[in-house]
Amino acid sequence: MSASGSAPSPEWSRERRASGEERATARRFRVRKILDRFFQLLSLLASVAVISPLLLVFVFLLSSGGSSLTWDFLTQLPKPVGETGGGMANAIVGSCILVAIAIVIGAPIGVLGGVFLYEHKEPRLRAAIRFTADVLNGVPSIIWGIVVYSWVVLRMKTFSGLAGGLALSFIMIPLILRTTEDVLRLVPPAYREAGLALGLRRSQVILHIVLATARRGIVTGVLLSAARVAGETAPLLFTAFGNRVWTARLQEPMAALPLQIFTYAISPYPDWHRQAWAGALVLLALVFLMNLALRLLSRGKPE
Amino acid sequence: MRRRERHAGAFRALRTQRDQTVNDHPSDPLSIAHSAAPGAGSLTASAGFGSLLDGGFRILIAGAGLSVFALAGLLGWELYRGAEKALSRYGVGFLTGSHWDPVAGRFGALPFLYGTFVSSTIALLLAFPLSVATALSLTEFAPFWIRRPVRALVDLMAAVPSVVWGLWAMFEMVPWLRQAAFPFLQRAFGWIPLFQGPIYGVSLLAGALIIAMMITPIITSLAIEILRAVPPMLREAAWALGATRWEVIRVAVLPYVRSALVGAGVLGLGRALGETMAVTMVIGNRPEILLSLFAPGYTLASVLVNEFAEATSEEHLAALFEIGLTLVAVTLVVNFLARLLIHNIPFFFAPRTLRTQPMEGER
Repeated sequence: MSASGSAPSPEWSRERRASGEERATARRFRVRKILDRFFQLLSLLASVAVISPLLLVFVFLLSSGGSSLTWDFLTQLPKPVGETGGGMANAIVGSCILVAIAIVIGAPIGVLGGVFLYEHKEPRLRAAIRFTADVLNGVPSIIWGIVVYSWVVLRMKTFSGLAGGLALSFIMIPLILRTTEDVLRLVPPAYREAGLALGLRRSQVILHIVLATARRGIVTGVLLSAARVAGETAPLLFTAFGNRVWTARLQEPMAALPLQIFTYAISPYPDWHRQAWAGALVLLALVFLMNLALRLLSRGKPE
Repeated sequence: MRRRERHAGAFRALRTQRDQTVNDHPSDPLSIAHSAAPGAGSLTASAGFGSLLDGGFRILIAGAGLSVFALAGLLGWELYRGAEKALSRYGVGFLTGSHWDPVAGRFGALPFLYGTFVSSTIALLLAFPLSVATALSLTEFAPFWIRRPVRALVDLMAAVPSVVWGLWAMFEMVPWLRQAAFPFLQRAFGWIPLFQGPIYGVSLLAGALIIAMMITPIITSLAIEILRAVPPMLREAAWALGATRWEVIRVAVLPYVRSALVGAGVLGLGRALGETMAVTMVIGNRPEILLSLFAPGYTLASVLVNEFAEATSEEHLAALFEIGLTLVAVTLVVNFLARLLIHNIPFFFAPRTLRTQPMEGER
């Protein structure tokens, strides 16, 4: 249209526009910086908000549970209802027994299942196993309590430590299976090839080379899952059931720390509440120590 | 002499087997001794007594591997067997009936479904943004020295047993909610029906809060893994264009991981639906559908905790088994959805990131 007309020199206009744009850019740049800072702050606040409940729980347990955590608490049996004092010694031991049963049943099955997942050729079967294991990992733990109740408790006609350990092991198996497979994938293929080249049998290669190389990771996986089930309450409610006296017999109801904490927490007695806090402190300390130890262990050396 | 032949045979078998394996699995050429390859037979046969051992071992690991199917079958079968009577008697009406009165023999699961879904949804709404923001903070924003300890704390948080959360919530959180937080909310938002009605402390909202605390670490660590999996190139490209950190996240990172993050959230929802002990301790356990979030509620898992051991009538027990079946079905569907979302990342969203939007100040 009007190619030049009466407009001022093009050089001048270009310069002017550029400086205007520059100013706008500078302004936008400031806004962008502020936005950046704003979101940084927001995300920081979010992480503080996420972490703070953990700290609150800590402080609560240390302040209220710490004072009730006495030597008696760790070594005495629960007193009859109405009497103050007593402890949770049987529950602590019971928890250890239950977790031990769970490891004895769950770890071999889980680890060997992981080996199968690693060794087997057919990809569709592997995918199916992996999928099923993931599905089982998503099942709420109380469901295992019900399943074991109707499978074992109804048949044995009694609540038992064995049933409790079994319920815990059912939770462990798919967990261990998946972590074992992940760990085995890290074993360099050359190791097993070397074993096979020496004429070792497959079982020997697996036991002496593959599993031996991945030992640390597998143990970590097993103990992590043990730490997880050690805190489980729901699956024990209808299986181990709880007990107020000593028992080492697996076919009898068995006390467990999380169960005892729950029973005491929902009871109306202040003395029991105090003991529940102390119990929770012990449980939390056990679980955290296990986690920390494993963290250090798995960080130690890469191999 | 024979011995040497035997070994030669073994090696030949190995070699042919490997060749076959290579042909079978070009993607996985190094895994030699997978079962059932024709060569395997001759190898183990040549090992004599060892073949027995090897066969036994193979059966052993196969049994262990297939045990997950047995577990799933056991789970389904026992729940179905237990719930059979209730299933045939109430059918779908079980899920829509809103009265739960074991004494009168009326069993409707709707109050529990409602409580489960409402508490989990609120928990997810609270936990998801916080978790994603924390994950962003730990992967993009925060100084390096702070990331590791905070990550460790988040992992520890995931390890806190449910009953410990519940204990703290019962004795610290609920009284605080009753005295401070809920009255405040009611004064501020009292005109919304959700925040009306008497305040007990134990309530749907208290349950939702404790669930939120329990699922945040799970969603956070998933989100961190997802954010770490973003190809560095995407980030670098945005950096090179002069984007600020937030713009890198908005333009390069979030579009790439959106569906995976949603998947992480849904996985968190799956966990939330199954949370049991802590929720039972603070939700109030009243099988009614009340609109107010300050009113006590009940969840599928909680009713199992409270009534399963005390169920005396056969009907009651069957109804509780059906509740369990419902709970499993719901979590299954949600977990399945989450898997679909998480595994589809590059598929749906990679092309989007290539179509980078113009940034502010760039036009």
